[in-house]
Amino acid sequence: MSEILEKPEVRKIYIDARGPRFSASITTIVLATALVTHNVWVLVAQGLVFLIGATFGPQFTPYGLIFKNFIKPRLKKIAPTEDVRPPKFAQSVGLIFALVGIFGAVVDRSLIFAAATGFALAAAFLNAAFNYCLGCEMYLILVRTTTRRK
Amino acid sequence: MKTYLPLLVVLALASTYGFWWKRRQGAIRSHKAIPGHRLGADVLGEALGSRATMVQFSSAFCTPCRATHALLSQMVIAMDDVKHVQIDAESHLELVRQLDIRSTPTTIFINKDGIEVGRAAGTPKREQVLAALAAIN
Repeated sequence: MSEILEKPEVRKIYIDARGPRFSASITTIVLATALVTHNVWVLVAQGLVFLIGATFGPQFTPYGLIFKNFIKPRLKKIAPTEDVRPPKFAQSVGLIFALVGIFGAVVDRSLIFAAATGFALAAAFLNAAFNYCLGCEMYLILVRTTTRRK
Repeated sequence: MKTYLPLLVVLALASTYGFWWKRRQGAIRSHKAIPGHRLGADVLGEALGSRATMVQFSSAFCTPCRATHALLSQMVIAMDDVKHVQIDAESHLELVRQLDIRSTPTTIFINKDGIEVGRAAGTPKREQVLAALAAIN
C-alpha cells in the first residue's frame, strides 16, 4: 500500500496556504518600492526570491522562511493547506516578469521596466488583497491555446 | 527620483479588476449556455442526476477546486435527485473548448436532459448553489 503512496504522481507536497499570501504582501511592498524608486536592484532582489520560489518552492524563499519562523507560530494551529504547485507556478510567472523588467532596465527602456514591474506588482497585490489565484485563471487558457485541436 | 504615479495607476487598475473579479466568483450566470447543446451521460462518464447535475471542471493547478469539490460533494449527500460530477479539464479539452471554459473551477449546472441552465466560475457559496438548484425543475 505504501509503495502506491510513494509514487511521484500520487505524492504531492502540501504547504500552509497562508504562507504564499503573506509572501505576496511582502512581494507587493518590494515591487512597489522598485516601481517608485525606479531601481533595478530592488527588482533583481525580488527576482532572486521568485527564482528560489519557482525552483524549490515558495516555502524556501526568505519570505516563506519568515512566515514559517515568525508569523506561523502566532497563527491558529489548524492550517488550511494547499498543493505547492499553484504558488510555485505563480512564482515562475513573477520570475518571467522580473527578467523582462531587468532586461528593460539594462537596455535603458524604462517603459519596459515599469510595465513588467507593474504587472508583477498587480499579480502579487491581487493575491495578497483578494486571494486571487493567478495559476487557476491562466493555466487552463494556456493549455487550451498550446494544445492542438483534434 | 521618485515617481508615485505608475504605482497609483497599477494599484487603481488592479483594485478595480480585483473587486470585479471577486464579485463574479461563485456567482451563477446563465448567459453562456449554448442553445441545443447537451451534456449526456456518455460524455460525463456517469448517469445524470434525476433532476439536476453539477458538473465541476477542475485542474491540477487549482486550490479553489478542492474547496469547491468539498462543498458540492458534501451538499449532494442529502439530495437524491442531484448529482455532482468532477471532470479534469486538461483531459477533456474538446469539451472545455465547446463550453468555452476559461478557468477552474467552473461548475456547469445542467438539468435532467443535460441542458445547461447556469455556470459558476470560482467557488460558489452554499446559498447560491441552493438557489440555483431550486430553480431547476
